Amino acid sequence: METNILSLIIFAPLAGAAINWFVGRRVRNERFIGVVACGSIAVSTLVAFYLAFKTDGALRSETPLLDHIWTWLQVGSLHADFALGMDRLSGTYALFVTFVGLLIHVFAVGYMHGDTGFYRFFAFLNLFMFSMLTLVLADNFVLMFVGWEGVGLCSYLLIGYYIDRKEAGDAAKKAFITNRIGDWGFVLGIMLTFFVTGSVSFFANPAAGAATQTALSYFKNQPVDPFTAGAIFAGGATSIAVLLFIGAVGKSAQIPLYVWLPDAMAGPTPVSALIHAATMVTAGVYMIVRCSEIFIHAPTAMFIVAIIGAATALFAATIGLAQNDIKKVLAYSTISQLGYMFLACGVGAFIAAIFHVITHAFFKALLFLGSGSVIHGMHHEQDMRRMGGLKKYMPITFATMLTGWLAISGVPIFAGFFSKDEILWRTWSAPPFSLPSTAFSKFLWAIGALTALLTAVYMTRMMVMTFWGSERFRESPAVHEKPDVHHGPVEPHESPWIMTVPLIVLAVLSTIGGFIGIPYALSAAFTDRNVNVIEHTLEPVVAKIETTPAHATDSSEEIAAERLLAGLSVSVGLLGIGIGWYAFQKRPLLAMPRLLENKYYVDEVYDTALIHPIEAGSREGLWKIIDVGVIDGLLHSIGEVVTEFGRLARHLQAGFVRGYAAIILVGALILIGLFAYLGFPVMTP
Amino acid sequence: MEPQLSWYLALSAVLFTIGVTGVIIKRNIIAMFMCIELMLNAVNLTFVAFASFFQDVTGQLFVFIVMTVAAAEAAVGLGIIIAIFRNRESLDVDDASILKL
Repeated sequence: METNILSLIIFAPLAGAAINWFVGRRVRNERFIGVVACGSIAVSTLVAFYLAFKTDGALRSETPLLDHIWTWLQVGSLHADFALGMDRLSGTYALFVTFVGLLIHVFAVGYMHGDTGFYRFFAFLNLFMFSMLTLVLADNFVLMFVGWEGVGLCSYLLIGYYIDRKEAGDAAKKAFITNRIGDWGFVLGIMLTFFVTGSVSFFANPAAGAATQTALSYFKNQPVDPFTAGAIFAGGATSIAVLLFIGAVGKSAQIPLYVWLPDAMAGPTPVSALIHAATMVTAGVYMIVRCSEIFIHAPTAMFIVAIIGAATALFAATIGLAQNDIKKVLAYSTISQLGYMFLACGVGAFIAAIFHVITHAFFKALLFLGSGSVIHGMHHEQDMRRMGGLKKYMPITFATMLTGWLAISGVPIFAGFFSKDEILWRTWSAPPFSLPSTAFSKFLWAIGALTALLTAVYMTRMMVMTFWGSERFRESPAVHEKPDVHHGPVEPHESPWIMTVPLIVLAVLSTIGGFIGIPYALSAAFTDRNVNVIEHTLEPVVAKIETTPAHATDSSEEIAAERLLAGLSVSVGLLGIGIGWYAFQKRPLLAMPRLLENKYYVDEVYDTALIHPIEAGSREGLWKIIDVGVIDGLLHSIGEVVTEFGRLARHLQAGFVRGYAAIILVGALILIGLFAYLGFPVMTP
Repeated sequence: MEPQLSWYLALSAVLFTIGVTGVIIKRNIIAMFMCIELMLNAVNLTFVAFASFFQDVTGQLFVFIVMTVAAAEAAVGLGIIIAIFRNRESLDVDDASILKL
């Protein structure tokens, strides 16, 4: 009975979406719509926190809370129900998704003020929360996929929210289609999981006895796949893991499917904050950690994850250096940070990945909302070249974004430092399980550290261009050419309280949020207790690589090494800030390499290598040959055959009534003859 | 001598054959129509004969249905015949052939 309120977490936003869609569109009262939207998320948040922290709540007990809502698919041995499960992992996710989501909803009420599609925006936003929470709380792969597609749909709807702008529609389609490629892998992964394990559930159903095998527990007793390329095609754990990872690559914007995320910035800024930074894009990480039991049996797949993650982190960070649109910088920064999370997954540091997801949700939501506040204050100007000196005009936005900047740059005490440092340390000390050699883990660490440096540099550049330096917004005539500027010369102003309060809350979280995961090596200096809360919480639900005793943690050399590395990453972050400050403080408009500014021409390469050939093949081959030639040809020839037959058959119609009667007679005689010849079947009652 | 079942069947067959032959060889549409009625009644006779022979009332019920249908058919058919006659002043079926190829 107690656990039944679990479904409230997902159904409250759904109800909010329905009310806003059906009632809000008639009422058109911003206060009503805002209260419904934020209220429904607030209900979710309260329930999530209650269920997570109550006595033997999800985060405090070993057994997950389960809620079987209805029986959905029962075909043969496939049992996929509409059922929710909240364990320590999904509970953690549900907490920050609902909480950050609530703050962003509140912010959006201020940001979207005066927009004609106000009700539509909040209906979609609530629908997104429903989908995301379904994804997170689903107790089987199939329902998870429903949420997975749901967030994809809402992402599409919200990227294309400004329906009168062509680039928004194009970006929405791009996001949707790119995600389809990933979903292809995810669906195949689910099918193969079912084929191999005979189950799609995550949690053992207590009604059927705790000993029931789930899709994940099946792998516990399986041998680890060999670390070879051939394992990818062997149809075992490695194949499943690689296919699932393809899904994660699409959703979480990794190389080569990251191209949709920068374009997704065409949507309203709260959407970018909620969907394309804090929650949806981390679904890929969630899925991989949820399936960590599969991944630790697939070293090849983990190797691929680590490589893709590291490559994406570095690649996106270099692009982020040269963007001039404030949201584009943050978009590439998001891709880069997601790369970090996948790097952590790839080296087996699943908890560090989740930790980074949480801190990233705080500081990236903060930075995005801060940029939204700046854009709002600048009357929808996004180009940083036309900003500068804003700290005088927007003190609260400036102060809060300052914490976000320090957090993402990895300055100690702020949240980003702990999670990033944890990932770098885990990468450095990764056992040679999913990597060819220990030297390779040092190489990955170097990439990670370099990315951290670049992150600090481009974030400093962004802050300098926006908040310091000369006030360039008055001197640029281009601003006034924009048709949607509603009042005269741009005079930046601070945003209303409804926007700044979420910023302040997130700033506090970005500052102290990292304290849930202080590594032992650092806390040991002050107390003997291990205060790494996040690790305590998640350890029971996340699979761990079997390490050899030589790799035992917490030995004194390990602690010394970890402290040294922590010091290194701090100095890397500070160095990055220093470089950024030195390079851009005096010359904020310093031209960046064209190659970076044009994002390595990846979009152009995709256009030439994939999209144009597909278009040409569709037009010349599929349309002109297959459609016009084969399909139309087939239909036309069927029609001609029928016409010809009719031309012959109409000779029977002689207009001679007695002839017709004779034909009927002959037919009747033939029938009677048949009966006489074959015998008449006597029907018995 | 008691009437046998076969007598009825033979009579019915003869009537039916006359009907069929009439439909095919007659040109007058009224005559054709009467021949069709003859065929229907031949069948009715068979039904009644069998009903009596098997002591089963179903056959008699069928006769009622056939008679109902025949009545309806007569109404519609005569209507059509009158319409045709008004149009072309002829009752020869071979004349009514404008729908032919």
